Amino acid sequence: MIIEGKERIWKDYQKDIAEDNYYYARSCIRQNFFPGSEATFLRILISELGKDVYDDPNHTTCTGIAYHSDIVPLETTMTVVARHFALMTSAGYKNFVPSCITSFGLYTEIIETWYEFPETLEKTRENLYKATRREFEIPDNLAHTSDIIFKYRNEIEKKAKYKLVNKKTGEPLKIVEHIGCHYSKMFPHKGIGGAEYPYVLAGMVDSWGGSVIDYPERRHCCGFGFRQYAVKANRGYSISCSKKKFDSMAPYKPDMIITNCPGCPYFFDRWQYALSEMEGITYGENGNGIPAFTYEEVAGLVLGYDPWDLGLQLHQVACEPVLDKMGIDYIPENKYKGLNNIDLGKPEKATHLKFY
Amino acid sequence: MKNFGYTIQNDRQIDYDKNDTKLYDFVAESEKSIRTCIFCGTCSATCTASKFTDLSLRRIILYLKRGLNESLKKEIESCMLCGKCNLACPRGVNTRNVILNIKRGIEHYEL
Repeated sequence: MIIEGKERIWKDYQKDIAEDNYYYARSCIRQNFFPGSEATFLRILISELGKDVYDDPNHTTCTGIAYHSDIVPLETTMTVVARHFALMTSAGYKNFVPSCITSFGLYTEIIETWYEFPETLEKTRENLYKATRREFEIPDNLAHTSDIIFKYRNEIEKKAKYKLVNKKTGEPLKIVEHIGCHYSKMFPHKGIGGAEYPYVLAGMVDSWGGSVIDYPERRHCCGFGFRQYAVKANRGYSISCSKKKFDSMAPYKPDMIITNCPGCPYFFDRWQYALSEMEGITYGENGNGIPAFTYEEVAGLVLGYDPWDLGLQLHQVACEPVLDKMGIDYIPENKYKGLNNIDLGKPEKATHLKFY
Repeated sequence: MKNFGYTIQNDRQIDYDKNDTKLYDFVAESEKSIRTCIFCGTCSATCTASKFTDLSLRRIILYLKRGLNESLKKEIESCMLCGKCNLACPRGVNTRNVILNIKRGIEHYEL
């Protein structure tokens, strides 16, 4: 990777990210896929960085999945999003921080639509008022949660207990960064680093000691794509997309994948299992897969949080090889123990993928 | 191997650094005009045989460039060598000679 060229491009794509007082909008699916991630984001921001974050229980889906699957019309989506902004306004916040990349893309798309077509904004205000008697302000600042972690990546590094470095060899870990498509492919100027060379995750990896891998299919979709996945018969498209990525990255022998979208880590993780069962392929060393993490999980590891508190036991591709390389202190026996030592039960052993 | 109810499609990406160009090179050596083909499809549009068979010279030249020699072998058999495509080509490619040389190349390499 020619860093000088990338840095020149990154300079053209900078964005303002609010300092503090965030209205936090959770993701629909992250809670189910990797529930530790959002909890870790709040833990880092509130406990480590001392920021004010409002985690609103009245928040609902942004309808992103239904909108992109052509089930919900844009007018309805706009009204639902307007309700979220109304909740933010009534809570006294101006900085909107969604956890989901699809939500971030959708909020951006809607705000841009309102900017270009003010009559649409007026119509949405009218629809929302008729439906809920609520009024709203457009956020002063809209940033994805990965933007916030990016902004404070150096503060996290100062508090770091571990680095993204192989403890035995002293070499930086080789990391594949994967940005969710809706982060900046639709509106390149809304993402740090633009659409071609987004820096949001690469910046975190750089700060925390890792080395980013540049590989041919770096900007290719992970394979989530709602219509590809929502219908079972179409899932062949999804897994083929992911396979194309794995085939492209595998020769570089990555230690892990870091992602900033709800769908990407899930599909990178689960499709590695499915590929191993369908074709007997594993992409990591010695029958292991390539662990796919969220940026909050990686930040949590760097800060020295217990991997099982981060929810890493919910990954189908085992995280232990990375933990061992980083020299992280963990108790293997606690992997399948939940809060108050409740037994979570062990998943069924995979045929090919290594199980710990 | 497990069946989850869906299949993996093989990647159809053509890597131009790795594809098999021996047949294309063989043709281009004796009929240099093939290099000026822009794949406009005029040849296929004017082809009499294409109305009754799967023959498309545009596709054959594309297969040739991509090194998909197996795919073009059967298709080229439908050509009657009438030469109408030769008259219509806006780039002046001697398409008739291209087809003849493809056939020679297939024989030469025993494809």
